[in-house]
Amino acid sequence: MIVADNLGKEFRDKKRGVIHAVEKLSFRCAPGRIYGLLGANGAGKTTALRLLATILAPTAGTASVAGFDIRREPEKARQSLGFLSTATALYGRLTALEMVEYFGCLYGLDRPTARRRALALFERLGITGFRDRRCENLSTGMKQRVSIARTLVHDPPVMIFDEPTSGLDVIGARTIVAFIRECREGGKTVIFSTHVMSEAEKLCDTIGIIHDGRLLAEGSLPELRARFGHSDLEEIFIRVVG
Amino acid sequence: MNGRNIAVVYRKELTDSLRDRRTLISMIVVPIFLMPVLTIFVGVLSARVIGKAMLQVPSVMIVGAENSPRILSALRALPDVRIVPPSSDYAQQIVDKKIRAAVELPSDFDAMVARGETAPVRIDMYEGEINSGFGADKLQKFFRDFRDRAIRERLEARHLPENLAQPIVVEEKNVAPPEKVSGVVLGGLVPYFVIILALTGTMHPAMDLTVGEKERGTIETILCSPISRTSLVLGKFLMVLTASLSTAVLAIASMGLTLAAAGKMVGEVPQISSAGLQLNVSFRAVFWVFVMIVPLAVLFSAALLAISLFAKSFKEAQSYLSPLTVVVIAPAIVSVLPGVELNAGLSLIPILNTSLVSKEIVSGTYHWNYIALIFGSSCLYAAAALWVAIRLFQREDVLFRI
Repeated sequence: MIVADNLGKEFRDKKRGVIHAVEKLSFRCAPGRIYGLLGANGAGKTTALRLLATILAPTAGTASVAGFDIRREPEKARQSLGFLSTATALYGRLTALEMVEYFGCLYGLDRPTARRRALALFERLGITGFRDRRCENLSTGMKQRVSIARTLVHDPPVMIFDEPTSGLDVIGARTIVAFIRECREGGKTVIFSTHVMSEAEKLCDTIGIIHDGRLLAEGSLPELRARFGHSDLEEIFIRVVG
Repeated sequence: MNGRNIAVVYRKELTDSLRDRRTLISMIVVPIFLMPVLTIFVGVLSARVIGKAMLQVPSVMIVGAENSPRILSALRALPDVRIVPPSSDYAQQIVDKKIRAAVELPSDFDAMVARGETAPVRIDMYEGEINSGFGADKLQKFFRDFRDRAIRERLEARHLPENLAQPIVVEEKNVAPPEKVSGVVLGGLVPYFVIILALTGTMHPAMDLTVGEKERGTIETILCSPISRTSLVLGKFLMVLTASLSTAVLAIASMGLTLAAAGKMVGEVPQISSAGLQLNVSFRAVFWVFVMIVPLAVLFSAALLAISLFAKSFKEAQSYLSPLTVVVIAPAIVSVLPGVELNAGLSLIPILNTSLVSKEIVSGTYHWNYIALIFGSSCLYAAAALWVAIRLFQREDVLFRI
């Protein structure tokens, strides 16, 4: 479960003064559901997800990840989530196995357990054939699969995806979309940010439209269609952010 | 902070860094090969230059002495010297390296000597030029012998004893132990190299582990794991410290072996070993120099980690760290200068204090009060630098300054 409660983040910039990257953001997502944060570039999606992942500290409000408050217990909150974005790169000089094992250990697993889990994930994700190759020598698709294994090694109840298909080709994007669906089917709580309408339509149980750091509309796709009198999500989005 | 997590990060960073060619070069190759290569290069080069100069027969000009056939014929009979015809532009010819030296004599030099007068002799040379020096040396030796002979002849003519012109005999004897003698020569040199290498060995790993993570996009990957930022920075710090210390250890070992080999070679040359230049550095001295380097390595590791983390890119980090090299080299150079002695005030100046105390240790002098003061103050500076690095790792504006 993820609950965001009036979450806010301000940055101070010498030239632009105080910037409200995220303001009074409140939403919730239950296990086995996908919540999609839909917004244009610079809308505050990445900042919001970084706040939930406790990479950044909120300046207002709070949130809980799997029951752990991100302000009071950030390490436990991180322990309960897997975070994947195109910005979360791999260590090029480590092999795929070393990479996933390393993160297993960081998530508190002992080395034999981390290895056992990594190998099981490698079988599932088709990584076994290149598990001993350095990450710097892998193709983009291979890297994507290793990143997925990295987020799953500790079997977290919550998954956060920040524009995970950005910059990927069709096959890479399909792998990610399939993986997100698998997470939902596995009963995980999934938060997913995107600016691609078709992805949001395909995947999300609930869509939150974010603009200038604020959540302007929220609901399931049928609810949003009924409220704004349009079937096309892109049209709905334009009307909301208008 | 969690010891297990620090160890996990350290192990990963060590594996990662040992696969990085640039880290390996600065951490292992440079400290091992710098000193032997420098020694061999300088040794071979100087041997070649000196050998070539010694083989050359210097051209020397005699100016004046027109009415002094005796001195002229004695000079012309000098072996290994080529006498060239006199010319008024002899000074310019020395500058142009056409001739190596000139000797100016009065025209009636023979007569002045015969009358028992003092005859002026001027030797012109180009100072700092090795061939000119050899030419002038030969002339000086000739006139020294000539003067001694003239004194003897004058005393004999007056039936006076030979020692009349030699009322005292001065003899110098070195009583300092060999390591003290070598300490004066090498004392400044050893810590100078070790300190600089301890710094340069730290540079690349410090950048790779901080700003390198920003550039490669792995900083976000590691920050979304549950490890605390304090554990993360300490794991990284230990790796950078390992690089610094291994560089220092390898540099000390390499220098020890090089100096031992050089000492053996010097010992085989009687003129040099009799001059008292023994290249001895004891194991005890090496141990204590290393002990004094440890807090300095901690200071370098933490400071470079903090500065590199602050940078947006590798290039920016390099532009911050390059001037830092000068800041570190300057006190190390000051410690090598003659006359700079360790005192309580200097004991508190980081880098300079370690450099000076190491110089003392290498020369066999152990001022335990200064050693304790320097070790303590260095530990304090190192702790402060580490604290700054830990604080910087908590700051979002630094971590995401991209």
